[in-house]
Amino acid sequence: MTVFDDELTHLKELILRIGAGVELAIRNSIEALVERNDELAGSVIADDAKINALDIEIDEEAIKMIALRQPTAGDLRLITTAMKITTDLERMGDQAVSISRRAIELNREPVLKPYIDIPKMTAIVQKMTRDALDAFVRKDMALAMDVISRDEEVDRLKHLILDELALFMAKDPSAIARGMKVSFVASSLERIADHATNIAEMVIFLVEGKIIRHMDTRR
Amino acid sequence: MSDQPEIAVTNLNFYYAGNVHALKNINLPIRKNAITALIGPSGCGKTTLLRCFNRMHDLYPKNRYEGEIHFQGKNILAPDTDLIDLRSRIGMVFQKPTPFPMSVFDNVAYGLKLKGVKKRSDISEKVEKALHHAALWNEVKDKLNSSAYDLSGGQQQRLVIARALAVNPEALLFDEPTSALDPISTAKIEELTQTLKKEITIIVVTHNMQQAARISDWTGFLMLGEMIEFDETQKMFTTPSVKLTEDYITGRFG
Repeated sequence: MTVFDDELTHLKELILRIGAGVELAIRNSIEALVERNDELAGSVIADDAKINALDIEIDEEAIKMIALRQPTAGDLRLITTAMKITTDLERMGDQAVSISRRAIELNREPVLKPYIDIPKMTAIVQKMTRDALDAFVRKDMALAMDVISRDEEVDRLKHLILDELALFMAKDPSAIARGMKVSFVASSLERIADHATNIAEMVIFLVEGKIIRHMDTRR
Repeated sequence: MSDQPEIAVTNLNFYYAGNVHALKNINLPIRKNAITALIGPSGCGKTTLLRCFNRMHDLYPKNRYEGEIHFQGKNILAPDTDLIDLRSRIGMVFQKPTPFPMSVFDNVAYGLKLKGVKKRSDISEKVEKALHHAALWNEVKDKLNSSAYDLSGGQQQRLVIARALAVNPEALLFDEPTSALDPISTAKIEELTQTLKKEITIIVVTHNMQQAARISDWTGFLMLGEMIEFDETQKMFTTPSVKLTEDYITGRFG
């Protein structure tokens, strides 16, 4: 192991740390919503600063390594992947903050309806996030491809939730404000799944050097 | 870029006197108007390979080539090859600048006189053109009659390149052309290669991996006399196909 190898390992550890923070933020934000727990929602909002700080630390480490080590091949792909992944993770954290804010607002009002599909959607999104990070650490192409394939199910659930909420709001205009907030939560979860998909796509770049983003819109 | 290589190496084996098998079955296409870098650890055969392209090994009679190197369709390893002609068509620049002990002007004019150019105005014109071409003219135009040894190392290296260019070569071989130079001179030579490649095919041996990455279009990685991997430079430095290449260019060798 060279000193450079230690630095690369450290970079991976930082990604896992920000990843762990983001996983916790997602879990707590939804729990705060479902359990109507203001305090938990507040902690997600407060802890976002730690995620932001890690995001900056990862960028700084990566830039330093590019400048001082002139990485090539697999090292270059690992460092550029880390830089992109951290951006996605940081934005996932922002979505958890957004969910937490909606939770605090909804906690001030009567329950609209029991949450059934939101926890279902959350479980898939959490697993996608965890697996995308595992795929990154283990350079596991198959797992990354699998994460990407799950994005459709999340989209389907989001539309299901939005349709159901639309019905609720149409029947009872007093439910519109709450219905909109729950829709925002579903949209946030869907955005988180998109970020997990981006991470999985970067894992494929990390392993194979192929950029598969925007394949459908590129020649 | 045409698909037909300017120089095609086919099943090349090379033995130093005493039967040291230094190059093993090398196959390599050198593209026209592109820069091909040869990299690899010390003793891998990259300089040995470079010296095959203008038959430098013939200076020692017991050295032996097998296989073929086609340059513009003709096998330059054939016994009837005119070596003086070959070396003016495929010039060479070495690690340390090798100016001759004469004036700046005479250094560049040397090859021209050897080739039989006699008219002074022709010589002057070609010397000036070569010095321009080597990005040295502005620095030496007022001291053409001074000794070449009065120039800095970087200027001497460009002078040597001008000397090679004066005889209108079709290819140039660079053997670690900047390893004895400071970063500014190195940058000038590197920039110069980018201009030269528009007219000349260039092969460069370098220990400086970043230099290979910066200046070359194609890179060949050699080890123990074998061509381990050859590909476009961008591919070699982002996603090499062979584990050995990856280990070498990321500095994890052995």
